[in-house]
Amino acid sequence: MAWTWLHRFGSPPHFYRVAGKLIPWFAWPAAVLIAVGLVWGLVIAPPDALQSDAYRVIYVHVPNAWLSLMAYTVMAVAAGVGLIWRIKVGHAVAVAIAPVGAMFTAVALVTGMLWGEPTWGTWWVWDPRLVFELVLLFFFMGYSALRGAIEDPDRADRASALLAIVGVVNVPLVHYSVVIWRSVHQGSTVFRSGGPAMPASMLWPLLVAALGYTFFFGAILLLRARAEVLNRERSGSWLAQLAED
Amino acid sequence: MSSPALEIGALAAARNVVARDLLLAFRRPGDWLQPLAFFVIVTMLFPLALNSEPSVLRTIAPGALWVALLLASVLALDFLYREDGHDGTLEQFALSGQPFAVLLLAKTATHWLLTGLPLAIVGPLAAVSLGAPGGSMPGVLGSVLLGSVSLSLLGSIGAGLTLGLRRGGALLSLLLLPLLIPTLIFGARATQLAILGDSAAQPLYLLGALAILSLTLAPLAAATAVRISLE
Repeated sequence: MAWTWLHRFGSPPHFYRVAGKLIPWFAWPAAVLIAVGLVWGLVIAPPDALQSDAYRVIYVHVPNAWLSLMAYTVMAVAAGVGLIWRIKVGHAVAVAIAPVGAMFTAVALVTGMLWGEPTWGTWWVWDPRLVFELVLLFFFMGYSALRGAIEDPDRADRASALLAIVGVVNVPLVHYSVVIWRSVHQGSTVFRSGGPAMPASMLWPLLVAALGYTFFFGAILLLRARAEVLNRERSGSWLAQLAED
Repeated sequence: MSSPALEIGALAAARNVVARDLLLAFRRPGDWLQPLAFFVIVTMLFPLALNSEPSVLRTIAPGALWVALLLASVLALDFLYREDGHDGTLEQFALSGQPFAVLLLAKTATHWLLTGLPLAIVGPLAAVSLGAPGGSMPGVLGSVLLGSVSLSLLGSIGAGLTLGLRRGGALLSLLLLPLLIPTLIFGARATQLAILGDSAAQPLYLLGALAILSLTLAPLAAATAVRISLE
């Protein structure tokens, strides 16, 4: 009886309705916060003493890198819910996240390269953080590739869910890579003991942008998961009823 | 459960699986000799393609060795479950009432005996042929031995997921190679330190930790993967 709420939320009609109601609550804050954060960060915040304006890529790079890890974690949890409790909506959410997570990872990598060129003097170094972030991209791609290779939809759901869960080992590797190995990539400047090593005038726009990107992730996740549920339930009777109303 | 299939214990059943797989392998040695030959050929390509200068070879030896080892291991996974999945043996395993993960672990252990162990024995010889000093052989042997345990166990998850798929081969590499990167990093580092004559203890400990972690979790994941593929 403890899990009835989960099963209720996992029923496709219920999820479809609730997700539809939630989308504006994510989409509007996302639009406002990203706009404020980016204008604040890219235009108003002071230039850095050493990197002058080159550091401003942080306002895109860091939120995308954070969200790439968050997207993978949410994908693995959703896939786990689908695999363990056999809740189909869990698989639908995981499927909806995979391309979005791959996009966050790719943006984090590309903006990192654009930042590395003026500051490190090179587009790419074989640094642990960079390598494991690239590996994260391969996990997102492997997830989609495995789904694509399996014809039976139920087996595709369950096999790719297991792969997503196994790939979670990579998430702490990305996060702690700057702690375990001394490397070119700087350590964490925001979440560290002794407070952020960044002046408030630079930190606030970063936090606002990061929060905005998080809402954006929530909105696009719900939107895509809703579409995925529609596609999976296309022969369901509740959809016919919904279309009549 | 008191089904008649449980007349023997799980360990005895696992022993039977090992004996059966070894017998099958000795009747058809091509399966497990091919990855070994592949490994030797790939390591041979490096001195031919690059430069046969001993000092150059010695620097690239750890990398060449481990890349060849990773590719040979993934190639060898092809025959871990394929035949038994095809002829229904794995389904009988799943229905036998014995713990499925233990039976599959027995299969993976046999597979390691047939591919990982020979690779671990040939690895140091390949390193010496790439200019590593003879004194580095114990260190290289240790790193390949520990690393190949993780490679086989993690590989069994990938082999389970791609069991019965038509385009399994390339997909298996795409799924597995990212997962094997930590093993590659520590293994190549241990081999490098051994060749340089330094103490390779630290990466060897980490390789051992990876092997133990794989031994505890990979059989369960592999059993789930094979079950999903059999459904």
